[in-house]
Amino acid sequence: MSGPQSAGNAKIAVSDLSVTFTQGRRPVRAVKGVSFSVKPLESFGLVGESGSGKSTVLRAICGLAPVSGGEIRIDGAAMAEPRDKAFARRVQMVFQDPYGSLHPRHTIDRVLSEPLAIHRFSDREDRIVQALKDVGLDARFRFRLPHQLSGGQRQRVAIARALIVEPEILLLDEPTSALDASIQAEVLNLLTRLREERNLTFVMVSHDLAVIDHMCERLLVMRGGEAVEALERSALADHAVSSDYTRTLLTASEGYVR
Amino acid sequence: MSDMTHSERSGGLKAWLTSDTPASRFQARAINIWFAWRDLLRNPLAVIGIVIIAALILMAVFAPLIATDPPNRQDLAARLLAPGVDGHLLGTDELGRDIWSRIVYGSRVTLQVVALVALTAPIFGLVVGTVAGTLGGWTDRVLMRITDIFLAFPRLILALAFVAALGPGIVNAIFAIALTAWPPYARVARAETLTVRRADYIAAARLQGAGTLRIITGHIMPMCLSSVIIRVTLDMAGIILTAAGLGFLGLGAQPPLAEWGAMISTGRQYLLSHWWVATMPGLAILIVSLGFNLLGDSLRDVLDPRGGQK
Repeated sequence: MSGPQSAGNAKIAVSDLSVTFTQGRRPVRAVKGVSFSVKPLESFGLVGESGSGKSTVLRAICGLAPVSGGEIRIDGAAMAEPRDKAFARRVQMVFQDPYGSLHPRHTIDRVLSEPLAIHRFSDREDRIVQALKDVGLDARFRFRLPHQLSGGQRQRVAIARALIVEPEILLLDEPTSALDASIQAEVLNLLTRLREERNLTFVMVSHDLAVIDHMCERLLVMRGGEAVEALERSALADHAVSSDYTRTLLTASEGYVR
Repeated sequence: MSDMTHSERSGGLKAWLTSDTPASRFQARAINIWFAWRDLLRNPLAVIGIVIIAALILMAVFAPLIATDPPNRQDLAARLLAPGVDGHLLGTDELGRDIWSRIVYGSRVTLQVVALVALTAPIFGLVVGTVAGTLGGWTDRVLMRITDIFLAFPRLILALAFVAALGPGIVNAIFAIALTAWPPYARVARAETLTVRRADYIAAARLQGAGTLRIITGHIMPMCLSSVIIRVTLDMAGIILTAAGLGFLGLGAQPPLAEWGAMISTGRQYLLSHWWVATMPGLAILIVSLGFNLLGDSLRDVLDPRGGQK
């Protein structure tokens, strides 16, 4: 479905990926043979409705979903099973729900110092202070518990946690869908700024074509666990889409934008 | 401005404890404890529980000062005196020993039993439950079937078997109680683990590169801890009663050690003619059990994470 695999210079190469969950005795195929590749420093979008398997692709990259076929390569190399610490240093993820992705009994300080402890960083104190500053959070939030923060602030903490180990790739699973419209824009702008500052490669999942259009250079439209169409951002602006489904999504998102 | 400095000086500790912008890890923790404590004190039943347990601890620590007589001094001329007679506050037993003093010294044994069981059984149960819940699969099945086997035995019967095998004595009784008390904690901890192990924050920890040990101890155990602590305080009454039951059957504390269960056991022979010999230590067990139960009930309100999320 997607373009030819250029395994040589692709940061992330996903080929013919299938994910099958077993629910009771009935296997559920959440992703059916999806292929795409992400170039270094690119921002790549996965778009689709709920249940299209887009989040499952991200989880499969992280080793959180059972891969039943195909392969995932980063910088041309297959990944350790299960994912090791070296993988964690390179690839990090921001989850959809900022209310569920922070430990309810860990202070922000603990949330941020945990990855530093795992990867044996030495200057932890400075890094925590800097990480909070980077995502635009005041230092006074440092010793609060997540439930004392708003959704947008929590998502900033989640971003700070992902970036504190200085990864090359950031996987974003609908990072703004649980937030208000105004906070959404703030978080998206923060992500854009951090990507430029830190030379990150993004893979972003969203059901909102407007968000993907704002953030990503290229995107893959998914439906029912299959890839529908791969697009450049310019194609969105020109409406140069080939499948009816993408056109429906596009119309829906434009209706929303106006 | 002078107003400010004044309030800072006088309410320094209070302000430090209620600040919504803690400046250090230590302060953040102190604030959490302070707020939980304040919530606890708002509940009158909790206060009663705390007062009873504090009284038990003070009684055990200052036993020689509180007791009116040495606990084991016999005076056969003054046996089975009624409460209040000859300065014996709660009367004397069949060997003329002062019952009040024996209850006071017996609080040390009770506290020892409670502390040792509370430190061993819940921790063991917590480890078994969280490991089983997190790892799943065969580990889960094996650990939970062992737990089921221990659960299937009536507690006192199993403790009896252990004590019979190890020999009577208070230390062996504590050991036996701990061995029989852990399965419910394992169950509670496993149930709690199953509800949190699929949470995003556990997945996030795994993605950070955290090993299974770190995830269990640092991320899953804190979520199980409050249910286990609540369960411990509610079980304390049962543990005291089991210890007393073993003492009553002659397999716990050995004479002449003052232990409440053993005191009831000997007093039983005189129950119809001299009711106070068995009743007084029975009342002591009742009050302490009630204290732990009240505290456990109110701890549930304070520690329940769902309550704290509001």
